[in-house]
Order: sequence, then structure tokens, then C-alpha cells
Amino acid sequence: MIAAPRFRLSVDDRRNLRTALPFIAPWIIGFIAFTLYPIIYSLYLSFTNYSGFGDATPAGFTNYQHMAQDPLFWQSLGNTLYYTALAVPIGVVVAIVLALMMNQNLREVAFYRAAFYVPSILPLFALTFIFIVLLNPGFGLVDYLLGLVGIPSINWLGDAAWTKISIVMLAQLGAGGPALIFLAALRAVPGELYEAARLEGAGPLRRFFRITLPLITPVILFDLIYGTILGVQIFTPAFVLAGGTSGGGAYTAGPENSLLFYVFYLYKNAFQYSDMGYASAMAWVLFIISVVLSFAIMKWSQQWVHYESS
Amino acid sequence: MTVAREELHRTQAEAAEFKLSPSREPGFRIPQTLLARIGLIIAAAMFLLPFYWMANSALKGTIELTSIPPTLWPHVPEWSNFVTAVTIIPFGTFLTNSVILTVGVTVGAAISNPLIAYGFSRIRWPGRDFVFGIVMASIFLPFPVLIVALFDIFAKLQWVDTFLPIIVPAFFGNPFFIFLMRQYFLGLPMEISEQARIDGANEFQVFLFVIMPLAKPAIAVVIIFAAVQAWGEFLTPLLFLQDETKYPLSIGLQFYRQSHDVSYNLLMAASTLIVIPIIALFLVFQRFFIQGVTAGSLKG
Repeated sequence: MIAAPRFRLSVDDRRNLRTALPFIAPWIIGFIAFTLYPIIYSLYLSFTNYSGFGDATPAGFTNYQHMAQDPLFWQSLGNTLYYTALAVPIGVVVAIVLALMMNQNLREVAFYRAAFYVPSILPLFALTFIFIVLLNPGFGLVDYLLGLVGIPSINWLGDAAWTKISIVMLAQLGAGGPALIFLAALRAVPGELYEAARLEGAGPLRRFFRITLPLITPVILFDLIYGTILGVQIFTPAFVLAGGTSGGGAYTAGPENSLLFYVFYLYKNAFQYSDMGYASAMAWVLFIISVVLSFAIMKWSQQWVHYESS
Repeated sequence: MTVAREELHRTQAEAAEFKLSPSREPGFRIPQTLLARIGLIIAAAMFLLPFYWMANSALKGTIELTSIPPTLWPHVPEWSNFVTAVTIIPFGTFLTNSVILTVGVTVGAAISNPLIAYGFSRIRWPGRDFVFGIVMASIFLPFPVLIVALFDIFAKLQWVDTFLPIIVPAFFGNPFFIFLMRQYFLGLPMEISEQARIDGANEFQVFLFVIMPLAKPAIAVVIIFAAVQAWGEFLTPLLFLQDETKYPLSIGLQFYRQSHDVSYNLLMAASTLIVIPIIALFLVFQRFFIQGVTAGSLKG
């Protein structure tokens, strides 16, 4: 179909449009009210000083200028990118490894599937509570087990060098969902391909890199992009962890602000410092960052993603 | 040419064996299965041990909890921890709020998503695929980008500190669920709709009386995922609820822990009570969960 600049709709088209409109109307209304308008409104707010009460006063580019000079902004961005750069690739590898192992036609595969998948649907705040106890240097299981093999105790949640690593580990509890998607992709690989490769004498490693991996690259791409989008919004575990060390209404963000992630800092600016203008500017920068990252991954993927030519 | 006969036979025999599972990678059969099994058992232990530790810590008394090295099972199980956990925290209030929010969001999802997906699948209208592209693109918009503006909008509507900002948007569809329902609707033959239209049904009647009854499995998937998601929701109640009596479990527990120094065994007891409904839901509706996840994979 060629999209003509001016639609000349046939009678049928017009009737179908009229029929479809009431069905999709909720989405259109919701999209405008809860997505499109807020995005545009926050662009406006980002050029104002606004405390949430009274009127927003014009502020030009000051919010954006302030951002460039705000060390906490840069730290929060750095923390977030550090977390994302670790959690997302590790997550993809963990999911693929789990899927490969589950693809072995074992009788008890349903058990493994449940064991990997269930943690991924449990509330993140509850998982964070569990990690507080699990990673405690005194009564946690992890340091106890490390102690058994002679590794000295690590203060996971109290040492700025380990707090983000702890959240990267926590994020891996979510690998079960993507693992099932990879498993479905593995099962969709035609068996004849492996058979042909075997006849040509290709070993299992070669078969994995020449057949399996290329055929699941579209899933890897989706997982990378979606994981990155989720990664840059990391908030809940940091908020839950930091909440415990807080005295009053002010939220600390882990030792040396090591858990001050981008959205956490945005949240603090908006709801703790009542600086809605600055928080809106941060929101827009996050929007741009996520778009740029998505497109960068997409562009990079052209070098390795394999689309079936059908 | 010089492929050993034996090798060929073995391959053919294996190929025959694999008929039931064509994707299984042949070769290195025994060691590979064994390796996979060992790997899976280790991985499963790593995924399950946090929950064992949760239950273990939930059942310990305060003194046993802080003993070093930690006891690997509760030597003196304190079942009363569960009673204490739900009484020293206003657990009942938080639970009621969580249930109201979960039911509200789930009802909204169950009504809106089939309706919207129907418009994107069973009726062909100009521009449909383009608009559906926008629906899909919105998946990639980080929600926190919207929170400042949404808060201000809801504040002006005087919706802040009510359940409305959390429940109402659910009645306007969710891109994942729209995608999922649309996939399902596209899989139903068009002829059944045609037949109903010939019989004089209008489009809404076709949707409600012909297609919806056939779509029960897909609606079940939407309901289950919406409920799981709403039960664990953290950011929106944190933003939009202020009065402690309106907090769901996610926020209530967090703030209570912060201000009352709840001990860790009680926190683990409360966490156990929060994860159990989800685990139970999975065990009962396992099939729907797996279908839901793999339906999503079609996109990938």
C-alpha cells in the first residue's frame, strides 16, 4: 500500500474505520491522556521553575545548564549506566545458558522451568527484602557459603564497591522469563540444520555458533533493547535498600550515593526537593538517552542480527 | 564419500529417535544430558536458595537469627513470627489495599485489552498497522519519564492519595496485553465473524458473543499477568498514595520497616506471605504463564 499524502478513503475503508474506532478509542484516549500529554507537559515544565504548588515560572535553559554542572546528576547517570552495562549482557547470557540446558529433553524439565521462572514474577520489593537478609555479612547465606571456601566476608550492601553488584545479582533472578523465550526460540530451530551440520562433521560448539546462535539473534536483540530500557529505569531495589538506612523523610541512596540511580535522583528532585522543573528536565534527558541507546543497539545489531530471508 | 557406514547408521538411528523433538541438538548424548542436568541442578539451587533462606530466617527467633555462623535450618522454629508479623504491622490494612488495587487493575485490563486488540485485528481499517506500530513503540518508553507530569496532572484532578491514578489507566489498555490479545485474535478464522455478520450481528455483538467466548484462554493470560504485575507494583503507589492507611503491602512494608525498625525475621515472615500467593497462582495456572511468556516471544 502506498501512503498517499491525502487519504481518499473508499466507502468500505470509511465504514471500517467507523466500526473500529469505538474499539480502539480507549487506547487512543489513554495514550493521549497518560503518555502523549505528560511527555509534552514535562517538556514545558523542564523550562520552568516549579515546586508543584502555585504557578510554574519561566526559567529558560537553566534547568539543563544546572544539570550539566550537577555532580549528583552525573553520578546518578554513571551509576545507572554502570548497572545497565553489567546487568543486561549478563542477563542475556544467563538466560541463554539456562535455555540451552533446558533444551536437553530432560524428564524433570518442568521443575527447572518453574524454579527459574517463578522468581521472575515475584514482587521486586519482596526480592529486595530477601536480599537484605541473604547478603547480610553476619546472618546471610551468601557470606556464610563464601566463608566455607575461604573467601573473606563481603559487606555487599554496606560497601560502595559492592552495592551495584548486589543489584546486578538481584536482577538475575528475573532471567527465567527471557530464558523461556530463548527456549521457545531454540525449539523452533529446524532439526535438519543440525543434522546437516553433523554430517559435515561440525562439533557441538561449532553447531552452536554457526546455527543456534545466529537463529536466536532476533530474540537477543529484543532482549538487549528491552533490558536496556528496563535497566535505565532501575529504581525499586535501590529505594528499598536505601530506605532502611534513612533517618526521616530524606532518602539516602546507599553508601557514598552508590545506589543513587538516575530515576532515584529524579524522584528525589521532584518529591523530596520539590524541584519539578529540574526533575522534568531530567525526565526528558532520560527519554532522549533511552531513544539513543535503543537506536544505537539497533544500528549495532545490523552487524550481527540474522533475519530469515523468507 | 568415505563416510563410515557405521557413523551414517548411528546418525540415522539418532535422527529417528529425535523425531519427537526435532530441535534437540543431536550428538554427545549421554555426557551432554548429564552436564545439562548438573548445570540445571546448580542453577536451580541458586534460584531457590534465596527463598529457602527467606523461610529459614522467617522461622528463627531473634537470638537464633543473629547467631554467627547462621543456622542452616531453624533449630527452634518460631511459627508465632507469622502472627507477630501481621499484627505489629498494619498488615490487614495493607493487604486490603493491595487486593483492591490488584482487583481494580485486573478488571480494567480484562475489559480494555480485548476490546482494543479486537480493533487492531478483526477489523481492517486504513492506517491500522501504522497506529499499531505506535502502540508497540510505547513499550520502549521508560515509565519514569512520565512521573513528574503525571503527578502534577493527577494532583490537579485531586486524584492524588486515591486509588484512581493506579486503577484508571488500566482501563485504557497496556501495549503488552494488546499485543498478546491481538496475536490470539489474528489466529481465529475470519469466517466465524463473517458468518455472524451475515446473521445480522453488529460488530460489537460479534466481539462480545462470538469472539470473546473463544478468547477465554488469552483473557486468562492477561488477567493473570495483570494481577501479578499489580500485586508487585511499587512506583505508582509510592508516587500517588500518601496516607499510610491507603498503602498497599509494597509501600506499607517499606515505610513501616523504615520507621519502626521491624526485625528481619518478621520482615521475612511478611515477605513469605507476600510471595506465597504468586507461587500458588503459578502452580495452579502454570500453563497460562508459559503460554503468555512464549506468546510474547513471537515478537522477538
